Amino acid sequence: MSEIIKKATRDGYGAALVELAESKPNLVVLDADLAAATKTGAFKKAYPDRFFDCGIAEGNMMGIAAGLASTGKIVFASSFAMFAAGRAFEQVRNSIGYPHLNVKIGATHGGISVGEDGATHQCCEDFALMRSIPGMVILNPADAVEARHAVFAAAAWDGPVYLRFGRLAVPVIFDDSYHFEIGKSVRLTEGNDVTIIATGLMVNEALIAAEALKSENIFARVINMATIKPLDKQAVIDAAVETGAIVTAEEHSIFGGLGSAVAEVVCEEKPVPVVRVGVEDTFGKSGPAAELLKLYGLSSENIIKKAKEAIFKKESM
Amino acid sequence: MDVSKKKVLEQTALRIRKAVIEGTYHAKSGHPGGSLSIADVLAYLYFCEMNVDAAHPDNPNRDRFVLSKGHCAPALYGALALKGFFDESEIQSLRHIGAMLQGHPCMTSTPGVDMSTGSLGQGVSAAVGMALAAKFDGKDYRTYAILGDGEIEEGQVWEAAMFAAHKKLDNLCIVVDNNNLQIDGSLEEVNSPYPIPEKFEAFGWNVIVIDAHDFDQIEEAFTAARACTGKPTAIIQKSVKGKGVSFMENQANWHGSAPNAEQYEQAMNELNSALSAMKEG
Repeated sequence: MSEIIKKATRDGYGAALVELAESKPNLVVLDADLAAATKTGAFKKAYPDRFFDCGIAEGNMMGIAAGLASTGKIVFASSFAMFAAGRAFEQVRNSIGYPHLNVKIGATHGGISVGEDGATHQCCEDFALMRSIPGMVILNPADAVEARHAVFAAAAWDGPVYLRFGRLAVPVIFDDSYHFEIGKSVRLTEGNDVTIIATGLMVNEALIAAEALKSENIFARVINMATIKPLDKQAVIDAAVETGAIVTAEEHSIFGGLGSAVAEVVCEEKPVPVVRVGVEDTFGKSGPAAELLKLYGLSSENIIKKAKEAIFKKESM
Repeated sequence: MDVSKKKVLEQTALRIRKAVIEGTYHAKSGHPGGSLSIADVLAYLYFCEMNVDAAHPDNPNRDRFVLSKGHCAPALYGALALKGFFDESEIQSLRHIGAMLQGHPCMTSTPGVDMSTGSLGQGVSAAVGMALAAKFDGKDYRTYAILGDGEIEEGQVWEAAMFAAHKKLDNLCIVVDNNNLQIDGSLEEVNSPYPIPEKFEAFGWNVIVIDAHDFDQIEEAFTAARACTGKPTAIIQKSVKGKGVSFMENQANWHGSAPNAEQYEQAMNELNSALSAMKEG
């Protein structure tokens, strides 16, 4: 087995912005005093005239992004997920979402894997918040390769897009031949016993879980759901019909994110057991990211447990 | 300002005021008080100051206008209708189902509206973004915004003020409509933002204080704003809430309630008599 290369999705984001800049002269980047952390710093260095630091004022940054977009710019506005989706929620809703302006929100440091900074910076609510805004697209890449694709796809999309990136270096699981399309999930393994619908860094955990389940003669279909909204409903319905049991896995609250989105589709279209892996009804805490992920059940071990639970529920029906 | 120009502006402002009464009466809701206090400055902006053309509402080189105090949309709609962006008959369907004219300005449904607003404190940031875009693109269009005096209690206004001065956006001119009344009472009673000019000066702005209902002063202020380099300009206009309708003047309770049939008649009579007097005079 080849050596595992690890890279944070935020690095994929920063590099993709620089890569895109030449072909899109109307692309500008905003940040709120976090350019080094969000990785927009590379763009700032390469294209200083097209980079605007708005300082520690995320609400204003979203409004400025809206104003710039109204004049025909493709605007990437960056901050941590907590502040981009959380603090600036209403600005995103009213100044960007309502007029459907061409603003791409590059939200890094999503989820519990922020690590040592603790609960105030561990945003596990962003999907729930952004899903509730009409017309908002939500992308949550699983690795740095997908992050690059997501940035390109967002730049080509007409309208607001929320992109969530992580701080933690995670295994690169896709190669250069990977094809990304907004709204289309990707089936990574075949299986008809249970489907694991995963997003972000949980995709790798889902792959590990599926491999382990194989040794117990349980064959899991793993789906990478990088687009949280608009959800690939057909893939969810197919999973319900063909496997009869679903586990969702996300680095987000079990409320309002991928698990909720999948459950909504399943309940309406083809009711089968859905078991959610995510952050339960609790805040995070300080600690090394890898340990926190295990502590909050964001692990292959928990996916395996929940997969068996889902299968048990299916068989009990 | 020469007399005939002033007379035309005064008539235009009266027509905007009529649209405010017309719109809020037919909507049975809306915000006449603050709409009436900005009628004069809107007349000046749309008929003297700004380079906008109803035939080309998306002209990339047009001046931009953001009504940050979005609840005063009836006055903006009056100005836009008079300017020809849409038919004046639209005013009567303000706030109705399917209407082009939403309760607060909506850039995707109304021609001539450059930014959707309504949530206080947000429009000014978008105006800053537009002014920044002009600098970035090397274009010479200007961006204008009107804010309420109560609105500046929102922290975002000061985030925007800080950024605009930092970026030396001298192509940005905001008007703070200082009618001294917000929903819960006078500014001093609720949460005083005074002294307003000093606050903007401290944030690095060029500040001009005027009488909101004096076209000579309005013209001087916008002329001075154009001449100012290296700083954005804030025009603090001392206004009368409900201006032009006797029973609405200086009454906080006319912030967000519509006239009934009787009040509508009286208001329209007052405005029509003022218009006739002007035509005869």
